[in-house]
Amino acid sequence: MTAPSAARTALVTVASVVVALLICALVFVLAGQSPAEVYGTMLRGTLGDPTGLAEVGRRTIPLLLIGAGLALAFRAQFFNIGAEGQLLLGAVFAAGTALFLPIPGALLVPAVFAAGFVGGGLWALVAAALRRVNVNEILSTLMLNYIAVALVTYLIAGPWKGKDVRGYIYTDTFPQGAWLPTFSGTQVHWPTLLLGVALALGLQWLLTRSTFGYALRVVGENPGAAHYAGLSSTRVATLVALLTGGLAGLAGAGEVAGIHHRLLEASQISLGYGFTAVIVAWLARGNPALCLITAPLMGVILAGGDLLKIDLNLPFRVVDIFSGVILLCLIASEVFIRHRVKWGRA
Amino acid sequence: MDSIVIEALVRALAVGTPLLLACLGAILNERAGVVNLGVEGMMAVGALAAFAVASKSPDASLWAAVGAAMLAGAALSGLHAVATVTLRANQFVSGLALALIGTGAAGLLGKKFEGLPLFNKVQDWTLGNFTISPFTVAALILAALLAFWLTATRSGLTLRSVGENPAAADVLGVNVGLTRVLAVLGGGALAGLAGAFLSLSYRSSWADNMTNGLGWIAVALVIFVGWRPLRAIAGALFFGFLYYLQFRLQGNSNVPTEVFSAMPFILVLVVLALAGVRGQAGDAPAALGRAYVRGER
Repeated sequence: MTAPSAARTALVTVASVVVALLICALVFVLAGQSPAEVYGTMLRGTLGDPTGLAEVGRRTIPLLLIGAGLALAFRAQFFNIGAEGQLLLGAVFAAGTALFLPIPGALLVPAVFAAGFVGGGLWALVAAALRRVNVNEILSTLMLNYIAVALVTYLIAGPWKGKDVRGYIYTDTFPQGAWLPTFSGTQVHWPTLLLGVALALGLQWLLTRSTFGYALRVVGENPGAAHYAGLSSTRVATLVALLTGGLAGLAGAGEVAGIHHRLLEASQISLGYGFTAVIVAWLARGNPALCLITAPLMGVILAGGDLLKIDLNLPFRVVDIFSGVILLCLIASEVFIRHRVKWGRA
Repeated sequence: MDSIVIEALVRALAVGTPLLLACLGAILNERAGVVNLGVEGMMAVGALAAFAVASKSPDASLWAAVGAAMLAGAALSGLHAVATVTLRANQFVSGLALALIGTGAAGLLGKKFEGLPLFNKVQDWTLGNFTISPFTVAALILAALLAFWLTATRSGLTLRSVGENPAAADVLGVNVGLTRVLAVLGGGALAGLAGAFLSLSYRSSWADNMTNGLGWIAVALVIFVGWRPLRAIAGALFFGFLYYLQFRLQGNSNVPTEVFSAMPFILVLVVLALAGVRGQAGDAPAALGRAYVRGER
C-alpha cells in the first residue's frame, strides 16, 4: 500500500472536523441553543480579543506537552488514555517539591519540573508494567485516572492541607521562588510553553531521525516484523510510557507552578486536558511537531467551553461533546484517506 | 439469616445490577468481535432518557421510560457500529469517543432535569424482609438467557463464529457486518437499561456524572469473567459487595475516605492483572477488536 499523500490527508482531516462541528451544532439545537450563538460566543471570546487569546494560550501549554507525547505513544500503538492522571501525579510531585524540599533558589524551578516529569512518568510506568501481564493499557490508564483524583483529594484534605484553609481544600501557597514567570497581565507561563515547543520539535526529531524512533515505528506498524528483527516491543512500550507520562507530568507541574501556585482539587488543576490531548495527537496524525498547530486549535475549544459556561450557562461538559464528536469523525474518516470512494457494488 | 448478611447481599445485588446489565451488553458485542468502550456514555444517555420520560407526569409509563433508555443506548452505539463496522475505524478509540459524547450529551441535555423529582419510581419487590429491584431480577434472567442463547442456539453460534473467525463465517454465508451491527446495537440497549436502573430505581433522580465510572468497571468485568454471562453474575456480585464494604467501612475506620473511593478502581487493576497472569485474557474471541475486511487476512 502506498502512503497517502499529505494533501489528501489534510483535506480529509479538515473535512472531518467540519462535519464534526456540524454534528455538534445539531446537538445544540436539540438542547435548545442556537448554534450560531454558541459558535459566535466561542470565537468572539477566544480569537476576538487579547484576553481571550491569552486564555487560549494558557490552555495550549498543557495540550501541547501532552499531545506531543501522545502522538509518539499512538505511533507505537500504546494507547495511553491516562494523561489526565499522569498530569495530576506530575502536579503532586511538583507541589511536594515546591512545598517541602529545601532547594536553593535558582534550582527550585528546574527541580519542580523534574519532579513533575518523574511523577507523571512513574504513573504511566504502572500501566506499562501491567501491559506485560496482558492488561489493556486503555483500561489500566483510565482506572489510574480515577485513583489519581482520589490521591490528590486525600493529600489536600489530609496531610498536605494548608494552614489558612477554610471551607475549600488546598495546600499552602508555594514559595515565590517556585512560581513560574508569565507574560505580563496573562496566565501564560512562558517557560512551560517554551518547554512544550522544544519538546514537540525534539520528539519529532526522535521519531523520524533516531534509531529509537525507527524501532518505535516498526513496533507500531508491524509488531510481527519487529519481533523477527529482534526489536523488543516491551522495551519500546516502557520507554514510550515513561516519555508520554513524563510530558503529561511536566504539564501538571506547569499548571500548579505557573497558575495556581498550590495543589488544589483535581477538577480545578485540569479541565480534561488528558482527553482533549488525545484529539490533539490524533489531529496531528501522530506527528509531535504538528501538535504546534493542533494544540492551539483544541485550546480554542477548551477556552470557548469556559465562555459557554459563563455567557450561556451551559455545562462545561459541552467540551466532551466537541472532543468526542471530533475524535469519532477523525477516526471514521481514515478510510477515505486510504481508499478512494467508489459508489455502487464492489 | 443474619441481618447483616442480608443487608450485604441486598446492597451487593443493587450495585451489581447495573454492572451486570452493562457487562452482559459488552459480552454480547465482544462475542461478535467488537469492543465497545463507550459503556459509560451509553449508560449516561440511558439514565437520562429514562428519567426524562418517567418524570414527565405522575402516570408516565415506566415501560416507555425503560424503552427510551434502551433506545438511547442503542442509538449511541449505532454511531459505534457505523464507525467501526462500516468505516472500519479503530474500535478502541471509537468507544472512547462514544464515552465522551454520551457523558457530554447527557450532561448538556440533562441540565434541566437536575434536582427534579421523579414521580414514577420503579418500586422494589418485597419478599419477607428482603427487597429486590425488578431490574435485578431482569438482569439475572437476562444473564441466563444470554448464556443459553450463546451456547445452545444456532443464531448464538453464528454470533460467536463472527467473533472467532469472521472469514470462515463469511464463507459459510453469514453476513458478518450485519451480525456485528446487531450485536453492537444490542449491547448499547443493555447499557442503556443499566442506566435506566440508576435513574429509575437505584438513585431515582438525575445528576450529571451519576454513572461515576461504573461503565468502565463493567468493561473490565468482561475480561475478568472471561466473556461468560453466568460468571458475570458472580463478578458483578463480587464488585457489588466491594461497594457495600466501602459504604460500611466509611467513617467506621481510621482509613481515609479517599481510599474507599479509589478502591473499586484499584481492585479492577488487581483483578485484571490476576486474569492476565492466569492467562485468562487468552479467552478473548479471536477476532476481538479487529475490523473484518473480505479478502484480507
